Amino acid sequence: MLVDVHAHFYHARTARADWRERNESRLTAGDKIGITAHVASILGSFGFTSPTYFPSPPDVTAGNDALLALQRAHPDRIRGYVCVNPNYTAHARAEIVRCLDAGMIGIKLAASRRADDPLLDPIAALALERRVPILQHIWQHRRRDWPGQEASDAVELCTLARRHPDVAFILAHIGGGGDWLHSLRAVRDVPNVYVDLSGSGVDGGMLEECIESVGVNRLLWGSDITMDTGWAKLRYLETLLAPAELALVRWKNAARIFPAGAFPSD
Amino acid sequence: MRIDCNAFLGAYLWRKVPGTSPEALRRALDRTKIDVAWITHLPSLFWRDPTEGNAWLYETARAEPRFKPVPTVHPGLAIWGQVLADAANAGAPAVRCDPTYVGLDPAGGEMRVLAAACGTARIPLLLAVRLEDGRQRHPNDRAAELPAAAVRALVRSDADVRLIVTHADRAFIEEVHFGSTPEEARRIWWDICWIWGPPEDHLATLVETVGVERFVFGTGQPLRLPENSVAKLDLLDLNGEARDAIESKNLQGLMT
Repeated sequence: MLVDVHAHFYHARTARADWRERNESRLTAGDKIGITAHVASILGSFGFTSPTYFPSPPDVTAGNDALLALQRAHPDRIRGYVCVNPNYTAHARAEIVRCLDAGMIGIKLAASRRADDPLLDPIAALALERRVPILQHIWQHRRRDWPGQEASDAVELCTLARRHPDVAFILAHIGGGGDWLHSLRAVRDVPNVYVDLSGSGVDGGMLEECIESVGVNRLLWGSDITMDTGWAKLRYLETLLAPAELALVRWKNAARIFPAGAFPSD
Repeated sequence: MRIDCNAFLGAYLWRKVPGTSPEALRRALDRTKIDVAWITHLPSLFWRDPTEGNAWLYETARAEPRFKPVPTVHPGLAIWGQVLADAANAGAPAVRCDPTYVGLDPAGGEMRVLAAACGTARIPLLLAVRLEDGRQRHPNDRAAELPAAAVRALVRSDADVRLIVTHADRAFIEEVHFGSTPEEARRIWWDICWIWGPPEDHLATLVETVGVERFVFGTGQPLRLPENSVAKLDLLDLNGEARDAIESKNLQGLMT
C-alpha cells in the first residue's frame, strides 16, 4: 500500500489546455511508483475564473464536482479532499457536508485565510464532527506576504491545531518551498499535526530532520505536483527506516487519520 | 554507466547537510548506482578565493578513481590562467565558475574572457543556476541566481566555448535554447536535477523539443537527494540508447 496524501487533478474549467494529459500522467506515474490511492484536491478553477488560492464559491463547487467525477471514474485509485474557501463560511460548511456525503475523505484548505484565523474554527469543528483530517497549504516560514495567496506557516497552523486538539491537521508539502526546519521545530510538540513529505524539495538532511522532529508516526508520504521528487524521497526513506516504520509513512499513518475504510486494505 | 556531473564535497555554508565527506559520497554513489561523480569543493565556492579549495579537491580525486575533479576558476583573480592550466594538466573534465557567488557580472568582461580561454583549452565551463530553492535560502544568502541572459551572452561570446549548466528549470532551458542559434545551442548541455517529471512532464517535453543530446545526468548531491535524478529517468519512457545518452554518453562525448 502506498497512499499519496497530496495530489491534484485538473479539469475542463481551468486554464490548462493539457488538463487531461496531466491527469493521465499522474495516474500513469502513480502506477510506476506503486501508488495505491491518490488523495487529491482541485483548487477551484486554478486561476482561470478566480484566483487559485482565493477561489470563488462557484469555482470551489465546480472543482469539487470535477473531483467527485474523477473519484467515481477511478474508485480504485482516487480519493478526494473537499476544497473550501473559509471566507464564505456558509458555503464552505455546506460544501464540506455535500462532498463528504458523496464520498470525499478530507478537507483541503489552501491559502484563502490564515490558519490561525477564527474563520477556520467552524471548518475545524466540522472536521471533528465528521472525523476527517484537514490538509492545510503551508509556506514553510513565511517571512513576508506573497502575491496571490494568504499563506500560512507552521506556527499559525499549530495555533489552530491547539484550539482543536482532536482534529488531525496535515502540514502540507514540507518540501514545497521555504524554511522546512522552521516548520519542523514548530510542530515538534503538537501531536495532532502531521507532516506531509511532498513538494519539489529533495534537500539532503530534510528527511532525517523530519524523522528526528516528529517521528515516523506523524509522517505522511505525498507528491504534490512533482512525483519524481516524491519517489526519490520514498526511495531514500527505504534506506533510513525499518520496514515496519516505512509502512507507517507509506500508508498506515494515513489509514489512521482518514475515515475508516477510506483505503482498500484499511 | 551513470556519471553524475553535479556533485559536491565539503560542508555547506548555509545549513547542516549530512553526507558531505568522500566516504559518504562513495556510499551514496553505491546506493544510487552512480559509477562516476564529477566533484567540486563546496565550501570554497563562498570563499574570497574559491580556487583555494582546488588542492584538496585534486588530492581527494586522486585517492578515489570514481571522483573526477571540477575545480573552480575565478577570472577576477590574477592567477586564473594558471588555475585553468592546472585543470587541463590534471585531466579535469570541466572547470566551474559561479560568478554571482564571487561578485562578478555573470555576463561581464571577466566571464567572457574565461569563456574564451575555456574554448581555447577545450575544457567545458560548468555553471550552476542556483544551489537551493530561492524560497528557502538563508536570510543572508543573497547572491543572485545565474540569469538566462548570461548563458546566452557567454555562449555567443566565443565560438568554441562549451557550457554545462546545472540546476536549471524548464523555463530557463527553453529561454536559452530557443534564444540561441542551433550552432550555439549545440554547445550547451543541461543537467536534469532541477527539471520536473510527472505529472507536469517538463523533462519529457524538453527531451522531445530540445533533444536528448542536450541533457546530462546530474544530481546536486549531497545538497539534494541523488535518488531524484534516477527517479526522473525511471519515470520517463526512454529507450536504452536515449537513457545511455543522458546517463553517460553525452558527457563522455564532451570529454573527447
